[in-house]
Amino acid sequence: MTEIVCRCEDITEEDILDAIDQGYTTLEEIKRVLRCGMGPCQGRTCIPLITRIVARKTGKSLAEVSRPTTRPPLQPLPLSVFAGEEE
Amino acid sequence: MREEADVVVIGGGVTGCGIAYNLAKKGLTDVIVLERQVPCVGASGRCGGGIRQQFTTDANITLAMESVRLFEQLSVELDTDIEYEQGGYLIIAYEDEVDQFKRNVRLQNSLGLESRFITPEEAREIVPLLNIDPIAGATFCQTDGHANPFRVVHGYARKAQKMGVEISKFTAVTGIVVEDGQIRAVKTDKGTIKTNTVVNAAGAYSRDIASMVGVSLPNKPYRHEILVTEPVEHVLDPMVISFKTGVYFSQQKHGPIIGGIGDPEEPSSYNISASLRFMKRMARTVVELVPAFGHLNVLRQWAGLYDVTPDAQPVLGWTEGVDQFCQANGYSGHGFMIAPKVTELIAELIVDGKPSMPIDDLNLKRFEGEITGEAYVVG
Repeated sequence: MTEIVCRCEDITEEDILDAIDQGYTTLEEIKRVLRCGMGPCQGRTCIPLITRIVARKTGKSLAEVSRPTTRPPLQPLPLSVFAGEEE
Repeated sequence: MREEADVVVIGGGVTGCGIAYNLAKKGLTDVIVLERQVPCVGASGRCGGGIRQQFTTDANITLAMESVRLFEQLSVELDTDIEYEQGGYLIIAYEDEVDQFKRNVRLQNSLGLESRFITPEEAREIVPLLNIDPIAGATFCQTDGHANPFRVVHGYARKAQKMGVEISKFTAVTGIVVEDGQIRAVKTDKGTIKTNTVVNAAGAYSRDIASMVGVSLPNKPYRHEILVTEPVEHVLDPMVISFKTGVYFSQQKHGPIIGGIGDPEEPSSYNISASLRFMKRMARTVVELVPAFGHLNVLRQWAGLYDVTPDAQPVLGWTEGVDQFCQANGYSGHGFMIAPKVTELIAELIVDGKPSMPIDDLNLKRFEGEITGEAYVVG
């Protein structure tokens, strides 16, 4: 059975487990290798799911799996919104 | 972690991993790369991925041209698609830049680089969405381009590991043991590694590493910010940049526009937080050049550190006063693009005692005399 965990980049649970087997044991590395968390959802959908997979596979608690930095903007916004404002 | 190594490389970015790979390729595999966090977490993983040869010093132009030759075969060599594209670099010329840019093109041409000065109309043929009203022309070089820095760094790292190199993540260097000018060991928070050769490839933190053995690097860290938009259909072939405004942007292979803008008021610091000031300056500059990009949704902004030297050229090679202490830092914002050649030359220096291309002009010693620098720094 194939379970998609990252809908922006079409990444399955199997892809995550493979990455961990290759030594990419942190969310920071998985993000860089598979682009999870870098698509339009910015990790809202996928990061909690992947955190669980990493915790289960590496035997850590959820709290021990550090999460990538949340970046602004909080929601996608058009460039024209920022271009239009005065200093 | 091993307790002894022929070479200890400090820093798991494109330079550190590239040097480890090139050392292993030359048969020197007893190498350990020490990375404080995970590979590609610093400037290498935060940069725009641009690969440019249009510089203004012989050293930078030559290193970049040689690197392009290596980038062209790197996907095959590293068994990974580095998402390399040669869509060119279009450097916007404003009225008061035209004469200087024409002189720069002549220097680049004399070194064999096929860059050329083009009219605003020709620029619009290359970038149909470009607003040419404010511009007086551009320079263009088709063989410039961009690649995915994550793929390149991980590609170097994986291949090096397969050949026997160890990459030790979450390992911070706490000291370097030197006796009578000879390196004896590197101390880390995970233990001590006996060695007599150390490569300092710690990016903006290289000056801290050097100061551990009393060597003073003139490098200074500067925050540079960058953003990425949602992925859209392919609309932009080249990287578009301007030295006047400091802006650069390109479209990555999977669709997003990625770019940044330098800030002349940015002080030297290790700050890597994201600012609204950047977002506004970037948005205004990009939308003026490509009005259609006003519709693009910004997904994310972040920052990284340039490791800037007084002449904007890297610090490469051995260090006076400490034997077998090799510098590979000070890239001043263009480390990724010259990494393939630089890392090969450093490996040659260590294994053969002599690189295939002279790098003496880039030695730390040069800062003792008069300095003539690279004028083309962007972002």
